[in-house]
Amino acid sequence: MATEIQQHDKLAEEIAGLDALETHLESHPGPARQIWTTVWPKLAAIAIALFAWQAVVWSGWKPDYVLPGPDKVLPALVEMMGTAKFWTAVGITMRRAVSGYALALVIGSVLGIAVARSRLLRSAVGSLITGLQTMPSIAWFPLAILLFGLTERAIMFVVVLGAAPSIANGLIAGVDHVPPLMVRAGRMIGAKGVNLYRHVVLPAALPTYVAGLKQGWAFAWRSLMAGELLVIVANRPSIGDQLQFAREFSDADGMLALMLVILVVGIVVDTVFGRADMTIRRRRGLIDHSA
Amino acid sequence: MTLIEELVATSTAISLRGVSKAFGHGAGAVLALDNITLDVARGEFVCLVGASGCGKSTSLNLIAGLDRPTVGDVSVNGRTALMFQEAALFPWLTVRDNVALPLRLAGVGKAQRRRRADELLEQVHLGGQGGRRPHELSGGMRQRAALARALAQDVEILLMDEPFGALDAMTRDLLHDELEQVWSATGLTIMFVTHNVREAARLSDRIVLLTSLPGKVADEFPVTIDRPRRIDSPEVMGLAASVTDRLRAEVRRHGD
Repeated sequence: MATEIQQHDKLAEEIAGLDALETHLESHPGPARQIWTTVWPKLAAIAIALFAWQAVVWSGWKPDYVLPGPDKVLPALVEMMGTAKFWTAVGITMRRAVSGYALALVIGSVLGIAVARSRLLRSAVGSLITGLQTMPSIAWFPLAILLFGLTERAIMFVVVLGAAPSIANGLIAGVDHVPPLMVRAGRMIGAKGVNLYRHVVLPAALPTYVAGLKQGWAFAWRSLMAGELLVIVANRPSIGDQLQFAREFSDADGMLALMLVILVVGIVVDTVFGRADMTIRRRRGLIDHSA
Repeated sequence: MTLIEELVATSTAISLRGVSKAFGHGAGAVLALDNITLDVARGEFVCLVGASGCGKSTSLNLIAGLDRPTVGDVSVNGRTALMFQEAALFPWLTVRDNVALPLRLAGVGKAQRRRRADELLEQVHLGGQGGRRPHELSGGMRQRAALARALAQDVEILLMDEPFGALDAMTRDLLHDELEQVWSATGLTIMFVTHNVREAARLSDRIVLLTSLPGKVADEFPVTIDRPRRIDSPEVMGLAASVTDRLRAEVRRHGD
């Protein structure tokens, strides 16, 4: 008995030794450094873009009142940000973006799950979803205006149609690419039916689903901007209709300032998705630390 | 008396009676297993050894209930867990949550499954590693975590499909000791598939040698060497040599 216990202890020590040799902790840089390494390339890119823009203006290719430089546009932006109307417009646009995207998220996810699970549905509407995804959203507006008039609902209709197919396709591709071994392992430990989806298939599909969500956002934002340019709802100022009015009043400074706002919103949201993607990949060991 | 009643009465854990398994239909059909009859006693450690195409994995799938035999009866007295060559841990869960998932699926409460998962991790010498992610572990540690996950299913029969095939020799030796300890502590019935003859002689109570294409039971070798064993002991190596000779004779038949 004593020798048996000794043997157990020896084995435990040997295993601990080998484990220690085979796993080395990765060193994580501090948070400040991490933020700096992601931020400085963006700052550099902005500086280069501003310089290129200024260079085109300096070249005298177009007169100043058509293409103003950053030196005029940036103060115009700051001035605009001091007005209540600007923030009302941003608020309305963002509310439309969030509610339209949320609706697209629900519809796209339900559709994606249904198509991924059912062979019949897949052969029926699988390629239709991809077809919808490639269709330029602006092509939907004549129909949307006919159906709903110049209303919020016309804009929502097109935003959802723009984003939902990408979200559905992301989920379908994610489910399709789940390694069969994962599903087998899941079945073996007792995951069946809904539980198999909840605990194995959907978590395994998450990275591709997030890529679909990101693409869906891009389509939603584009559709929304197109919609706000075309469908101007009375007394509902938005980023899109302000852009349209700026063009009509030949206010090039204001127009470019609004374009900057649209760009910044796109970048900020993309950063959020990028962070989510990085977190998922880091947890799953999908980041090569030697690179 | 039905076969399963007989099993319960006779303390047999697994019984294959005249089991054949064919894949495909008509002229293109391949016979993977041909008239296999094999009994495994409760608490026994049996190794299935054979060259490629001997239907080792097919047999495990039949016993695990993942597949059905074309002809014959498969009776299993108890629940089974299956381990693969890859650990197949879920990368989105921590090691502890991986081990706790079978408990969660069985409806065990949160605090209790956490405690049980930590106990099991302790048992496979992974105590304190529960918070890490599978990719942060070495191959041997992952297989031990997979073993803990299999034990969490609270089964009587453990089926192992070349579980140490992808590990280096030193890690494998330690895992043999580990598995032997777990086996003697739990009283599990283990059916272990390998093409490493020495591994089979090191671990099992009985080696079952299968022929290839189709898989038939060619021979059986009882292993009576005292435990604990070493893979490099003269007895283990001697037995492995005679099994290898028999296996090579089988393989030669396919070269003609």
